[in-house]
Amino acid sequence: MIDFQNVAYNYGGGELLTDISLRLPPGSFHFLTGPSGAGKSTFLKLCYGELHPTAGRVTVDARDLRSLTRDQVAALRCRIGVVHQDCQFLDHLPVAENIALPLTATGHPVDPADLSALMGWVGLMPLAQHRPPQLSGGERQRAALARAVIMSPDVILADEPTGNLDWDMSLRLLTLLIELNKMGKTVLIATHDLNLIRSAKSQVPVRVLRIRDRRLQLAGSDL
Amino acid sequence: MTRPLRPLIDLLAGDRTADRIVPPSGFTARLTSFTAGAMAFLVVFALALSVAAGRMAERWSDALAQTATIRISAPAAQMQAQTDKVLAILKETPGVAAARALSDDEQKKLLEPWFGPDLPLDALPVPRLIDVRETATGFDADGLKNRLAAEVPGAVLDDHTRWRRPLVAAADRLRLLGLMSILLIGGATAAMITLAANAALAANAQVIRVLRLIGSRDSYIARAFVRRFTLRALSGAAAGTLAGMGAIALMPATDQAGSFLTGLGFQGLGWLLPLLVPPAAALVSFAATRGAALATLRRLT
Ligand SMILES: Nc1ncnc2c1ncn2[C@@H]1O[C@H](COP(=O)(O)OP(=O)(O)OP(=O)(O)O)[C@@H](O)[C@H]1O
Ligand SMILES: [Mg+2]
Repeated sequence: MIDFQNVAYNYGGGELLTDISLRLPPGSFHFLTGPSGAGKSTFLKLCYGELHPTAGRVTVDARDLRSLTRDQVAALRCRIGVVHQDCQFLDHLPVAENIALPLTATGHPVDPADLSALMGWVGLMPLAQHRPPQLSGGERQRAALARAVIMSPDVILADEPTGNLDWDMSLRLLTLLIELNKMGKTVLIATHDLNLIRSAKSQVPVRVLRIRDRRLQLAGSDL
Repeated sequence: MTRPLRPLIDLLAGDRTADRIVPPSGFTARLTSFTAGAMAFLVVFALALSVAAGRMAERWSDALAQTATIRISAPAAQMQAQTDKVLAILKETPGVAAARALSDDEQKKLLEPWFGPDLPLDALPVPRLIDVRETATGFDADGLKNRLAAEVPGAVLDDHTRWRRPLVAAADRLRLLGLMSILLIGGATAAMITLAANAALAANAQVIRVLRLIGSRDSYIARAFVRRFTLRALSGAAAGTLAGMGAIALMPATDQAGSFLTGLGFQGLGWLLPLLVPPAAALVSFAATRGAALATLRRLT
């Protein structure tokens, strides 16, 4: 589904990622680890076309992201749900409307029951009418995950989705992602949380990728 | 709800969420409405000016094309003879379609506004007036003047409408200036709304970024801005237009055909003309905002 072919990236300084080749097949479940500043977020941005590689190419369904028109990029992003590390909400809208935004902004009807169920799952029901700036870091991450999955996208990319969460809530979100993966969705989670990875490994087949020395490696059984 | 009505209802009702994705901006909103209102007010005046100038030019040029007057001042005894002589001359003059001496009654009526109804016309040495109608080509005024001076010394050709010729040209020019003003005001409105829209787009860069990330198309994002500015311009222009129409309706009016100042205004169906201003303002705003939004969105990759 998502293909990296000899991809390199740099922000203008030295090369951050070098010669990355990788295939994320449909229905696969991947973790991405690496030290802070290694380029995990950058890698995810390359996946959904917010950044374009400085060498090599990224394709989704065999189409080079660079060659897409803007409407095609928009259509692609409807099929890729992203939990951004910095969440990215519309601060003037209530949380509930932010979560429903991928639907409303593409002209889809919002089923209030579905929305409530999803918000209930991530434990945000009491905060539905709060504005995003009023939420705690963990609450924001849960809202971001809810928004990422509301369109039932083919691919879910989550950048540190549990960074600010307690263990119980982390497991709850992981369960949601695992259930979605079982429904055939492709999942990629960038995280430092080794316990989370272990917990996932015990439930579904998981591959763990690690960025080290600007390259992407398949992590071994040390995790 | 029946299906075929759906798009129309959607259009009228708008997309509530689409309106809300851009945070409200009270101050810019009021400025945009105010600008549109002020511009609409000015357009109504320019329109009234053009219409009145057009009306005036038409009336004056009609009169111009058709009439002149010959005034005969003679002792009562010779009056009829001189009148006949002038009419005979006019009959031979090329370019004269018809000539007719005014009756006493008609002369009385002309003088009434100045001297009252009880004017003893017989007792006063009032000159006799001959109404001359020209053909389309007109006659040679100087030639006729010379001939009258030679043959009927009491007769004076008063080609009084001729001095209006530059006035007709001026009225025509005034109408053109009015129309040009309307175009300029329209352009200025478009420019100002473009600036306001660009400011709104710049202020909402983060909103645009988030919408992009979740897969909104440019047309959807642009529509949120366009709808907002179009509605503001429409409401502002409606208020400005009503104010302008009210001001013109309150101008002191007179039925006397003459004065330009009192003739400034709309007549009959002409009052429907300014009603076009608000939709035109909405259209200008729609085009300006849409252009600005799509250009900005193209730039922000
Ligand atoms: N827009 C940018 N311009 C310049 N440099 C950037 C930009 N974004 C990130 N970087 C740099 O690129 C490197 C990788 O950033 P990235 O956010 O991908 O790291 P990360 O692996 O996600 O880190 P973390 O675990 O802390 O989230 C960092 O050194 C960062 O400073
Ligand atoms: Mg990161």
